[in-house]
Amino acid sequence: MDVFDKLKILTDAAKYDVACTSSGVNKKASAGGIGNAAACGICHSFSADGRCISLLKVLMTNVCAYDCQYCVNRLSNDTPRAFFTPRELAELTMNFYRRNYIEGLFLSSGVLKNPDYTCEQMIEALRILREEYRFSGYIHAKAIPGADSLLLARLGMLADRMSVNIELPSQNSLQLLAPDKSKHSILTPMGYIQNRIQENSRDLVKYRHTPKFVPAGQSTQMIIGATPESDYQILNLTEGLYQKYKLKRVFFSAYIPVAENSLLPTIDSKPPLWREHRLYQADWLLRFYGFAANELLDQQHQSFNPYLDPKCNWALNHMDFFPVDVNRAPYRDLLRVPGIGVTSAKRILTARRTTTLYFNGLKSLGVVLKRAQYFVTCSGKTAPDIKLTPNTMVRSLLSDKTRELYHLGFSSPTEQLSLFEQPSLLSSPQEDLRKCLPNLS
Amino acid sequence: MPTQSELIYCYDGSFDGLLCCVFESYENKEIPIDILLPEASHAMLFATKSIPTDAQKAKRVLDSIPKKMGAAALNFVQHAFLTCLLQKELYILLFLRLGFRHGQSVMNMLTDDIVSTLFKAVKHLEQESHLLKGFLRFSIINKVLVGEIEPKNYVLPLLVQHFCERYPEERFLIHDKTHGMGLVYQPYQSAVIPIGALELPEVDEEEQHFRELWQLFYDTIAIQGRYNPECRMSHMPKRYWAYMTEFARTTQKNITRKLSSSSVNLLSTPVPEKLRSPNQT
Repeated sequence: MDVFDKLKILTDAAKYDVACTSSGVNKKASAGGIGNAAACGICHSFSADGRCISLLKVLMTNVCAYDCQYCVNRLSNDTPRAFFTPRELAELTMNFYRRNYIEGLFLSSGVLKNPDYTCEQMIEALRILREEYRFSGYIHAKAIPGADSLLLARLGMLADRMSVNIELPSQNSLQLLAPDKSKHSILTPMGYIQNRIQENSRDLVKYRHTPKFVPAGQSTQMIIGATPESDYQILNLTEGLYQKYKLKRVFFSAYIPVAENSLLPTIDSKPPLWREHRLYQADWLLRFYGFAANELLDQQHQSFNPYLDPKCNWALNHMDFFPVDVNRAPYRDLLRVPGIGVTSAKRILTARRTTTLYFNGLKSLGVVLKRAQYFVTCSGKTAPDIKLTPNTMVRSLLSDKTRELYHLGFSSPTEQLSLFEQPSLLSSPQEDLRKCLPNLS
Repeated sequence: MPTQSELIYCYDGSFDGLLCCVFESYENKEIPIDILLPEASHAMLFATKSIPTDAQKAKRVLDSIPKKMGAAALNFVQHAFLTCLLQKELYILLFLRLGFRHGQSVMNMLTDDIVSTLFKAVKHLEQESHLLKGFLRFSIINKVLVGEIEPKNYVLPLLVQHFCERYPEERFLIHDKTHGMGLVYQPYQSAVIPIGALELPEVDEEEQHFRELWQLFYDTIAIQGRYNPECRMSHMPKRYWAYMTEFARTTQKNITRKLSSSSVNLLSTPVPEKLRSPNQT
């Protein structure tokens, strides 16, 4: 088997991992070394599915002792297997890195023999990169659940970011589909890494040259749509992970059928990409907009509105919060306005120091007036010529793509108003979900 | 407040030259309707006034900018000068006039047309240079990393630090074909120098091997079920594709390339002392 075959097999097996970010750490090459990293992250290419390629994302091996039903690399799957030797992988990484193809390496692995052995192989590859090539570029390493904590500690000293995948958003689903994994075996390494990061940050205060442990923090990912958890459950879990484990990112991955299994959506079902998109939008609201999970969804409304993004949906249901005056409102209130994002909210704060803002000025600050005009006033004045009717507002808040969907779904004008009556609208995605999961509902 | 006169300033294209235009504008209490390079100004109907570049005048203006409106404004203006904004010279002059009047707060006047136009142009420059940090591809030719770009803005000065910190032990060359300039680096010194045409030799077997491996990786990493070419195009506009290894499948082998003597010299001569960029010394 030559390196082409190996690369093909091990890339193909790694492609369902979502994270390809190279963000969170700033550094430059040490003397005699190679490689730097920028905190903002750098995308080196975009694949045909529109996802960023920043890191060489491969598995050490796709041989796996586990039999998780949703995974292409499960033990019972009849697929070609391969493995990189640590040195092969390090050489490939360096050759890609020198040509500026990549920002670094994302290394994950199937479980070869046992978790400890697998972890040792990964450590050896990273050791060659860091010590022999003096490589300071970005490395994201996947913690292998069940590996010894000493090995995890060693891996964490070599990597910039680590991740432990939650995989499925509840203990029940895990039991059903990943019998070798449990909530415990996933959360234990996650908690361990978090503790080490905290310890390390305390040490760094005392001793400036303490080696850094996972300086870019840890992340996780979960599969959406393979199991019946609602958006509400997933979002709450996400919020809990950010708060409790101080994760940098939680990634969502729409389930793409890889196997015919009575416990899973059928092989020809479409990945729930819209749902994934809405979850990411909500994730952004949690991280940058000061929203809480229970503001966006609650017990009665367990799924996202398919036609409106979570922020617009929140705004329409909280009209008493508006209008917000752009010349006076604090930053956190500006962020709640549809059409105002983090950048434009900051620009508003800057610009209003020297002048009074009016609607034409807002436009040059990058505010999307089409949306924002219904929710803001400029020194007490509302936008000229706007009709504050629910219908016009909804129209302006729909994106081009959802507008088509919306008109297909509701043809008569009286029904269009039903957008405000949440439950009737929200029935549809759950139906979709049920269709996906004939055996679980 | 001087009114706009029907006069065109003509300057030598350097930043110092532009600063002298600012000086002239204050000295004569006039605002030109445009500031052009000598070649461009001949065809115009309006009267032109040639502004000679005077190092002392330029220094007076340069020193006064951080004093009157802060260091951030100077940095901003220097970046604005690298952009591809039409009439950038005039906008910079008008911005500086605003700055001398309003002081530091000029950087907050984001709703002003002049300020917001310049801010957008600088954002475009920064965006393009950020993208090129990722999209630039090197080929290893005679142990030198060689990359070509065709940016709209003059991004090379913004790439210097990033690539020097990334490959401190390598020798590399980044050729900006739009502006006929090149960033050359050899251990611990870098320079931006004019480079006209550059013919690259045919790549060796090892280089071809890694190109093909990268292309294989690129094809394999995409998930068929999520095919979304619009999304790819919005993140990575097609104008960048021409120089990216993953899209250059067939052309490489057919074109015979020779290493011209000038480019060999370029890669082997030490960088002249005066061309070294300040952050590398």
